[in-house]
Amino acid sequence: MTLAIQLPQTGLRRYGSLLSPMAWGALAVAAAVVLLSLFAPVLAPYDPDYVDLNNVLAGPSGQHLLGTDALGRDLLSRLMHGGRTSLLGPTIVVIGSTVLGLLLGLVAGWSEGWLGKVLGRVFDLLFAFPALLMAMLAIALFGKGLFAPILAMTIAYVPYVARLAQSLVVAERSRPYVQAYRVLGFRTPWVVLGRVLPNLIPTVGAQSTLNFGYVLADLAALSFIGLGVQPPTSDWGAMIEESRGALLGGYILPAFWPALVVVMVVVAVNVIGEELSDRIGGKLS
Amino acid sequence: MTATEQVQATVMPGGPTHKRAKRPAVGPAVYIVKKLLALALTLFVASLAVFFSRFLVPGDPARFLLRGRSPKPEALEEITRQFGLDKPAWEQYLNWLGGILHGDWGRSLTYRQDVSDVLLGRLPTTLQLVALAAVFITILGLFAGIVASLNKGFGDRFILITLTAAGAVPPFVAAIALVALFSVGLGWFPSFGSGDGGLDRIWHLTLPALALGITYIAMVARVTRSSMNEQLLREHVEVATSRGLTRGSVVARHVLRNALGPILTVSGVLVAGLLVSSAIIERTFGLSGIGQLLVQSIDRLDFAVVQAIVMVVVAAFVVVNTVVDLVQPLIDPRIAAGTESR
Repeated sequence: MTLAIQLPQTGLRRYGSLLSPMAWGALAVAAAVVLLSLFAPVLAPYDPDYVDLNNVLAGPSGQHLLGTDALGRDLLSRLMHGGRTSLLGPTIVVIGSTVLGLLLGLVAGWSEGWLGKVLGRVFDLLFAFPALLMAMLAIALFGKGLFAPILAMTIAYVPYVARLAQSLVVAERSRPYVQAYRVLGFRTPWVVLGRVLPNLIPTVGAQSTLNFGYVLADLAALSFIGLGVQPPTSDWGAMIEESRGALLGGYILPAFWPALVVVMVVVAVNVIGEELSDRIGGKLS
Repeated sequence: MTATEQVQATVMPGGPTHKRAKRPAVGPAVYIVKKLLALALTLFVASLAVFFSRFLVPGDPARFLLRGRSPKPEALEEITRQFGLDKPAWEQYLNWLGGILHGDWGRSLTYRQDVSDVLLGRLPTTLQLVALAAVFITILGLFAGIVASLNKGFGDRFILITLTAAGAVPPFVAAIALVALFSVGLGWFPSFGSGDGGLDRIWHLTLPALALGITYIAMVARVTRSSMNEQLLREHVEVATSRGLTRGSVVARHVLRNALGPILTVSGVLVAGLLVSSAIIERTFGLSGIGQLLVQSIDRLDFAVVQAIVMVVVAAFVVVNTVVDLVQPLIDPRIAAGTESR
């Protein structure tokens, strides 16, 4: 850029300048995966559980765009349906941990006394339990499936959000606008929820976006080792596990597609999350 | 290098730091005692959480512990006696904690053995795997980070994009990809088992260790890169360069040394992450380590073993973090002096 003149941009072009091309690409990938999964019952060419033993481990063709697995099931249809379970888990975890984390972070950051200190200690302690470990402990307690790991990971990711929110609130608390509201006699809940909370959303949102990728990978890993989603329900992690026999026999595709989708989604989410946090960082500095 | 030289190497070139002291400097003894007390407290509360997690399950605890097995009256009686289920909860906890501190970790229902024996038998494989992964992480991570930081422009961008992609590959996907490429495709490495000791063991553990380490290779490389970039801009590096030191010695003595702090800080997370992810990797490669044992014990509803492994991993994480906290002032005296705001 040699010209440093900033012209106000109008119309759709304005949105182009909001995100980098890479982030737009990431957003497109994420949107495509979400839509294909969401509308899988309508869009999927086959029943994901339909077994066709005459057509096992077929390569990509007009009939089966991505080929079939060891039981002759259509891989594209399984991927699309698997996306529903694979994306649902992280969505619940991220929403749950964001809401809980924000609330606890607000309380911890706002209260100057012992409450903030105690909550800080609790966050520290929760950090000592890696999310995947907590999920496995929960599965040992409540049984296999999605319920236990989702519950455990929601709790495990609360401190990531809460610690961030807490530090942001501490910074906001001393800013003039908060002081002004206090002097003017506005009630604390109104100031905190109505005026401070909105200022936390962008930064916390960036963190939660990044968390989505981690949770997705961890839940897929749990399904991969047979502790998460149980067959015949399709799930990306479970699909990779089912394809291991074929892989050792030299058929790579049935494992390749779900692995590719997992990596693509995680990369896309990371790119979006980092773009968001970069932008916020740029705004603050 | 003596302690005084160390202080000079890190403090002198940059001159006095201009950050104001947050708290008065504390003696090293007070610092160490404080850290150790915090360690003990964290371990205590963590043990509470791990032990009482069982009480979250509604219903008869004896039947919970015997899930998947025939609840014969003798078995119920044995489990009640073994776990002291007829005693109040706090007494059960104290017995459990006392047992753990004395090396009695309870009995495994699956193996009909003491949990500690089962764990000890599996420990070497996991430690070797984690150690090899740590070697890969240190070498590849530091190397990639240093190269990226010293090469501006294309080299930096290329490594950064590779790292972003590598960091997004979950260990189990990396495992599958490595098996597809190096076992099935090229036939260079085995895809199963841990081999017989020595070189054969290392040969068998190479793919698992790489799969286990990939996320952290990327993480360490990124931390190294940004931490070095930060140092490269500091005045003390400029001074060192203008004194006519060679590039290699400037990087080694003035950039990398000061950049080690953040790298060390992430190593606590790293150890816990490696131990947990080893569950998935060991299962994929058929290695009989602690991780595989954890998954099997969850599968076979052997709760005493699960509880013990969770406690071990959490303890490892907390202990490593404390060690990092204790070692850091040795590397960066400003932390001990309380003048470095990081």
